[in-house]
Amino acid sequence: MAQVSNQKKSVITPKVDKFFMGLANAYAFVARFFKEVFVPPYEFREVIRQCYEIGYKSLPLISLTGFIVGIVFTNQSRPSLSEFGAASWLPALISIAVVRAMGPLVTALIAAGKVGSSIGAEIGSMKVTEQIDAMEVSATNPFKFLVVTRVLATTFMLPILVMYTDFLALMGSFINVNQNELVSMPTFFVQVFEAISFLDVFSSILKSLVFGFTIGIVGCYKGYNSTKGTEGVGKAANASVVMSMFLIFIEELLSLQIVNAIRNA
Amino acid sequence: MLDTKEKVVEIRGLYKSFGDLDVLMGVDLDLYKGENLVVLGKSGSGKSVLIKILAGLLQQDAGSLKVLGNEIIKLNYRELNKLRLEIGFSFQNSALYDSMTVRENMEFPLVRNVKNLTKGEITKRIEGLLDSVGLPQTINQMPSELSGGQKKRIGIARTLILEPQIMLYDEPTAGLDPITCGDINNLINQVKEEFNTSSIVITHDLTCAKSTGDRMALLLEGKFDAVGSFEEVFELAEDERVKSFYDYNFIRK
Ligand SMILES: Nc1ncnc2c1ncn2[C@@H]1O[C@H](COP(=O)(O)OP(=O)(O)OP(=O)(O)O)[C@@H](O)[C@H]1O
Ligand SMILES: [Mg+2]
Repeated sequence: MAQVSNQKKSVITPKVDKFFMGLANAYAFVARFFKEVFVPPYEFREVIRQCYEIGYKSLPLISLTGFIVGIVFTNQSRPSLSEFGAASWLPALISIAVVRAMGPLVTALIAAGKVGSSIGAEIGSMKVTEQIDAMEVSATNPFKFLVVTRVLATTFMLPILVMYTDFLALMGSFINVNQNELVSMPTFFVQVFEAISFLDVFSSILKSLVFGFTIGIVGCYKGYNSTKGTEGVGKAANASVVMSMFLIFIEELLSLQIVNAIRNA
Repeated sequence: MLDTKEKVVEIRGLYKSFGDLDVLMGVDLDLYKGENLVVLGKSGSGKSVLIKILAGLLQQDAGSLKVLGNEIIKLNYRELNKLRLEIGFSFQNSALYDSMTVRENMEFPLVRNVKNLTKGEITKRIEGLLDSVGLPQTINQMPSELSGGQKKRIGIARTLILEPQIMLYDEPTAGLDPITCGDINNLINQVKEEFNTSSIVITHDLTCAKSTGDRMALLLEGKFDAVGSFEEVFELAEDERVKSFYDYNFIRK
């Protein structure tokens, strides 16, 4: 509906033109999301179903990765800290690294690969096989039913997944620390929680919400705008992953700047 | 005779192009209450585009299109959706939702648009329609488990579930065996008899055209040249393009 027609004659060069057209289309897509998300009817059941799908799809990989990242990072950090005789600071260091950066980043990248690509492919194939048109003619708003539900689901699920990753990474770290430094579980976690502040947790959750939104909206946008044919579906899936990973890194950088500014204020 | 009847669709001077490609160039067409109008035309001549404009999926560049008295482009989204409940659209490639079973596919338009139906009533309606397309056994299957022809019939059944006043069939018999074609043709006629539905049937298949159509319209180079009964359009045709269309389907004596 609210999309800029890409059939106008090119003004500058076709490539530059296409880039700005794409930007305008993407902007219109995001604007449409915010316009429709607050207007009834709300598709609660579909949101819940999507949340479940997202969790179900990404949990195994996230569990494994979170745990291993915890072990490996602890192991690799030990020598540098030991040089200064500061191996006892390991829990604090790991805690800060995991909560501030690694947890959200690792989870978001995995979700972009797993969830983002499947959203892109699913919506893309619905587009090229005219299922979206079929929804439209049966008087259901496909944007609401397909896009709004998926974006809400990724947005709300990502913080939950991030906390889960954080927890597993810390558990992995604990096992490593426990074996090497013989630190007990209560001691380990007391150090972990002392190291992180409210700002750390709060910004981590906020960041995860943004990452989740990015994964959902990019997947939907690429799928919704995929061109005809099965090739278009593959491209949409692929482009969703590349685009959302790119944006996630940019957002990570931005949030780093913002949080640092707040911390120093 | 038909002039005295109520017009459900009225198209005047409709134009549509995609970039440099002119597809519809001044289409005029009327659809009357309770008739089956067959639209014929070469592949790529814009038949699907025409009915997509009719259902509000595409917008014309110029011209007027009234459905049940409503100028489609002047409607807002809510009004358009209300009108869409009266328009059934059976897609060329069925467009079944592949993440849903046949039952869920059929339920989808029903539970979202008709309130206060009990589970029993919904099931009864679904089963009734599946019976009339001859596929009651598929109710719990996924679209991926169905053949192309079966998908097509389920697609038609899904469209009929809201009992629309206007049906748009996009090539309902393409790619089906002659026996199933016959069944589909009967179904199209039966829908007309039972609900007094007005239909546009797009097809390349003259057997289908002959057995379902009250009137024929031939889309040639973006316009309807010949509109009339089967005999008027084909058997008395002078135009070479019309003749060749006919000769391809039947060997002319
Ligand atoms: N969304 C679109 N964007 C660009 N071009 C389109 C679009 N839809 C249709 N066309 C073009 O319009 C022309 C008519 O297409 P249409 O699908 O209406 O043909 P058709 O008469 O239904 O043919 P067939 O019998 O093969 O289904 C084609 O050349 C097609 O490429
Ligand atoms: Mg077509």
